[in-house]
Amino acid sequence: MPVATIDGAPVWRHRTSRQSLLIWFGWLCLVALFVFCWQVMTRDTIWAFVEDAPRQAADIGSRMFPPRWSYIERLLLPLWDTLNIATLGTVLGIIIAVPIAFLAARNTTPSTLIVRPIALFIIVASRSINSLIWALLLVSIIGPGVLAGVIAIGLRSIGFVAKLLYEAIEEIDEKQVEAVRSTGASGAQVIDYAIVPQVLPAFFGIAVFRWDINIRESTILGLVGAGGIGLQLQASLNVLAWPQVTMIFVVILATVVISEWVSAKVRHAII
Amino acid sequence: MLTIEGLTKTYKTGDKALKNVSVSVPSGQVVGLIGPSGAGKSTLIRCINRLVEPTSGAVKMGDSDITRLSRSELRRARRRIGMIFQEYALVERLTVMENVLSGRLGYVPFWRSFTRRFPQESVDKAFALLERVGLGDHADKRADALSGGQRQRVGIARALEQDPELLLVDEPTASLDPKTSRQIMRLILEICRERGLPAIINIHDVVLAQDFTQRILGLRAGELVFDGAPDALDEAALTRIYGEEDWTAMRRRSGDEEPEHHSEREMVERLEGLA
Repeated sequence: MPVATIDGAPVWRHRTSRQSLLIWFGWLCLVALFVFCWQVMTRDTIWAFVEDAPRQAADIGSRMFPPRWSYIERLLLPLWDTLNIATLGTVLGIIIAVPIAFLAARNTTPSTLIVRPIALFIIVASRSINSLIWALLLVSIIGPGVLAGVIAIGLRSIGFVAKLLYEAIEEIDEKQVEAVRSTGASGAQVIDYAIVPQVLPAFFGIAVFRWDINIRESTILGLVGAGGIGLQLQASLNVLAWPQVTMIFVVILATVVISEWVSAKVRHAII
Repeated sequence: MLTIEGLTKTYKTGDKALKNVSVSVPSGQVVGLIGPSGAGKSTLIRCINRLVEPTSGAVKMGDSDITRLSRSELRRARRRIGMIFQEYALVERLTVMENVLSGRLGYVPFWRSFTRRFPQESVDKAFALLERVGLGDHADKRADALSGGQRQRVGIARALEQDPELLLVDEPTASLDPKTSRQIMRLILEICRERGLPAIINIHDVVLAQDFTQRILGLRAGELVFDGAPDALDEAALTRIYGEEDWTAMRRRSGDEEPEHHSEREMVERLEGLA
């Protein structure tokens, strides 16, 4: 009760004294917990190594420079693979995600009791597993190569795209749906005329955003043998060819910057 | 001929939106439905095309009881009932033409509507209707590029594209300025006259309702408490519908407009005679 009467005049405070004290105590507990956890976590740290860190970093840094520019010739093909993994994986993910999003959205799902929980489970399952782990599984199932990378990226994208899309579907203006339904339109026609036009901008934004993320994710899939530029990265790391590693970093950085620029342009054009 | 018998709607929350409402609307009659907010006006007209499922009672159009239809029969029944909405309810990102043609969705199979290949007579009809509501040049614009009055005209064209036998109109003027409101009401009334189309118009503005409709229904807390001619809506009736209030100011205003508002209805009738 923040309103009190002092000297006959009503006084308003944001919180009562008791609430303020409780909140202050809560913060104190949080800080104490942090300090305690910090001690537990660093128990096994060998501080001599940490003290040595700047020197080690400088050492590796000096060996990484200058990058081996001529190595780019051998990176172009893996880079092309990487872009293909990202793009095809995104397409695969979207194709599977769109129907799942409609099954998961509260206002379009055919059954809230059975179908919706299944769709939500698929979304959570896909999102909870990193694409690197998907790739690890797939490489051992279908063997190393680009295909494993495409499927790994696709599986990881399903959850992301479906989740954002079903949230967009749930936020549409129901009056437009009601209006189309009142003309005697069938369920499929209602989706086509009332729901799709409303979620289309969100859909394109999500798709391009995910493609952008997938470019970054697909650069490391090679580490587990799923094709792309990551294969070169691992090979170079194994033979301690630091100038090549630097060159790969430069190429990845350039690709990510370009993909981000493209996705920003596309999203801007849509909205 | 629309007949509503003992219509009752109880929402899941236990709110009784409609209590045993019975009324019949002969063909060609334009009915104004007034009442305070939350009286059940919207629920009543949505029960007619079952956008809201009534709890009990019957809604008869001709011989068929709409409340007993199966899903596919209901879709066929909805084709015959045009609906015009508050705040237009156009699909904002579709073009004006697509919005008007969506009135034909109940008549075409999915693939034709998906590829936007509607029969030529539907497209001809849509052009004629856009011309009729004064939007002949706007067919290719996106709906969100239009002003409020223009959007409501598209909404009217969409409802008429259905070839309806009944119009349900939900607060057509709630988001329009006074002049546009009168123009829209006049347009709806003219079109009903031209086609002998019965209409139920939910409306907040009592003066507009009196000016433009032939019969007024008053709803209060889900019960029908007034049913009569616009002129019979006196202070006692208004108090019965809305509760105690000093109505003299409003009555005086509508009284001032008396000569004009009579000519409003009469002019439409005269135009009707000429046609």
